[in-house]
Amino acid sequence: MTTTTTLPDPVIDADLLTKTYKLGEHEVHALQGATLKIYPGDLLAIMGPSGSGKSTLMNILGCLDQATAGTYRLDGVDVENLKDDALAEIRNRKIGFVFQSFNLLRRTSALSNVEQPLIYSGLRSRERRERSASALRAVGLGDRLDHQANELSGGQQQRVAIARALVTDPAIILADEPTGNLDSKSGAEIMCLFQRLNEQKGITVIFVTHDQRIASHCRRIIRISDGKIVADEVNADQLKACIDV
Amino acid sequence: MFLIEVIRLAFRTLRSNPLRAVLTLLGISIGVGAVIALISIGSGVQRYVTDQFTSAGTNVITVTPGRMQRGFGGGAFAQPAQLTMSDWRAVANEVQGTSAMGVSFSRASSIIYTGKSSNVNINGVSPQVGAIQGWTIASGRFIDDADIASRSRVLVIGQSVAKDLFESGEDPIDQSVRVNGLPFRIVGTLVAKGASFIGDQDAIAFVPITTAQERLFGSQSQGTSGERTISTILLQANDDASRPAVQRDTTQILADKRKIEPGEPNDFTVLSQAELVNSFGLVLAALTTFLGAIAAISLLVGGVGIMNIMLVSVTERTREIGLRKAIGAKSGAILSQFLIEAIVLATLGGIVGVLIGVAGAALASRLAGIPADVQPASVILAVGFSTLVGLFFGLWPARRASRLSPIEALRFE
Ligand SMILES: Nc1ncnc2c1ncn2[C@@H]1O[C@H](COP(=O)(O)OP(=O)(O)O)[C@@H](O)[C@H]1O
Ligand SMILES: [Mg+2]
Repeated sequence: MTTTTTLPDPVIDADLLTKTYKLGEHEVHALQGATLKIYPGDLLAIMGPSGSGKSTLMNILGCLDQATAGTYRLDGVDVENLKDDALAEIRNRKIGFVFQSFNLLRRTSALSNVEQPLIYSGLRSRERRERSASALRAVGLGDRLDHQANELSGGQQQRVAIARALVTDPAIILADEPTGNLDSKSGAEIMCLFQRLNEQKGITVIFVTHDQRIASHCRRIIRISDGKIVADEVNADQLKACIDV
Repeated sequence: MFLIEVIRLAFRTLRSNPLRAVLTLLGISIGVGAVIALISIGSGVQRYVTDQFTSAGTNVITVTPGRMQRGFGGGAFAQPAQLTMSDWRAVANEVQGTSAMGVSFSRASSIIYTGKSSNVNINGVSPQVGAIQGWTIASGRFIDDADIASRSRVLVIGQSVAKDLFESGEDPIDQSVRVNGLPFRIVGTLVAKGASFIGDQDAIAFVPITTAQERLFGSQSQGTSGERTISTILLQANDDASRPAVQRDTTQILADKRKIEPGEPNDFTVLSQAELVNSFGLVLAALTTFLGAIAAISLLVGGVGIMNIMLVSVTERTREIGLRKAIGAKSGAILSQFLIEAIVLATLGGIVGVLIGVAGAALASRLAGIPADVQPASVILAVGFSTLVGLFFGLWPARRASRLSPIEALRFE
């Protein structure tokens, strides 16, 4: 029994991550010792100028890539020495991705799109459908289950993508410029949805963005420059994304 | 369970681009269709020919004058050797292990009845020839020993002759007809055997051999030695096991009687039906295999088509692959997805090909009058082979897909 619990265990615990790309003779130090802890239930933005290493960091945090050096614990699992297939399993169980360009399967129903990660979890068809339907209801698309992905509006497509990220009940959701391809109204709706999911269900969301508007809705903002974390602050005046209700 | 999911996925993907799927599949279908059609027709012809030979009776050995020069089919005889009645008697008296034997003397002629005529082979035969050749009496009787002894002018006719000469409903039995100006009485009709690759088998008539040699074709049957000549000796061996011995003994008996020196070629031919069937069957089987192999090459071409389309598909779906990896697909899952897509494509092509092949074989046999046997084994083999083609040609594209890095795949435009 621990009696000194002040904070829960961090869901992301990264220490001195570096990433070096070799381009022939030349070396690119995309990350130069990034250290960060993220706790469950956070809503956080990683910001920085183009080429500062945001995507590199996100790929590592998302277990799509591995750091050259440093340690990374995700939800209690050391991932730095895992093989490809083990990483795939980690991504399946612990991470939900939301991309700028949605990345839905065309000519495939919303429900079936959301089901895809659960196929790789090895779930039976009935349970998959039930969980996918409830994930779609959670993003407000309970009446669009059988619509083809390419017949939905951009905002709706991104909601399907969010449902797909939610459906595995992951430890974190990584969203890379999720409003980048949306008009401002749909973008606001998506941010409202993220905020609501975060507040009501305690889902941990990490945005990777250079969009100040996204960051202003977050509780915490990490700034990165030249592969180093240069600022990590609580956003004192976090904006409410949901206008009505 | 995962496999079912992947197969379902493959079908969904193929349905999302049906035109491309059909065109790709057609490459395989044409190959499989050609294989099935050719093998069906080949084995149909083979069975047909075998049936024709064996309908004349199994284990039948024929002795004909002259030496067969070219192997099968040529039938060119070197010198005009003659077999005579004494040759027949020597064989009949000495050879062991037969269940029936007979002799014939045949010439082409015509049968006249009330102004109508029928051109046929008139076969002068001994009584057992009918049974050895596999004829069945439709009405009346066959030639018997009394007919032989009395050289009677009686005639047994095949169905084509009956059709030529008589109206339907008219009974040929006991009608009087003329052959070479002589009056003959019809004593029997034969059950039809049907057409064969050597012509209409039912255009035939039998008379006693003595009548043929002495009354109908007297001058033609006069041998150089003064004896009556014959066309064929027919022997039916007891069974398969005794056939070689009968063949060997017959050859020896005739060589001795005809005083052929050891080492000299015989001036007669002893041929067994089985040999004929076998050699014909071998030729046809080789031909069928050869044609099948050529058709199989087109199957490989179809396989290359599948590989091409799968490579295009992997490139087009790079982002999908990246996404699937991001949401947790292992390399094996991606590999099996693309592999099974190729296999489904090829197997569907194979099944469509079987339908094309069966239809093609049926059409060919309808148009050309060749029978076609669709072999279940060749159907299973062709579909199985196309599945293998899919597996083989799908493997490389699928491996390529499974090895893509998720980051690069997601970034792919
Ligand atoms: N695969 C790669 N190979 C070589 N250099 C790369 C690769 N990916 C990124 N980089 C380099 O690493 C640095 C950081 O890139 P990135 O993480 O994409 O930045 P951001 O997402 O913040 O724009 C850049 O200088 C970029 O050119
Ligand atoms: Mg970037």
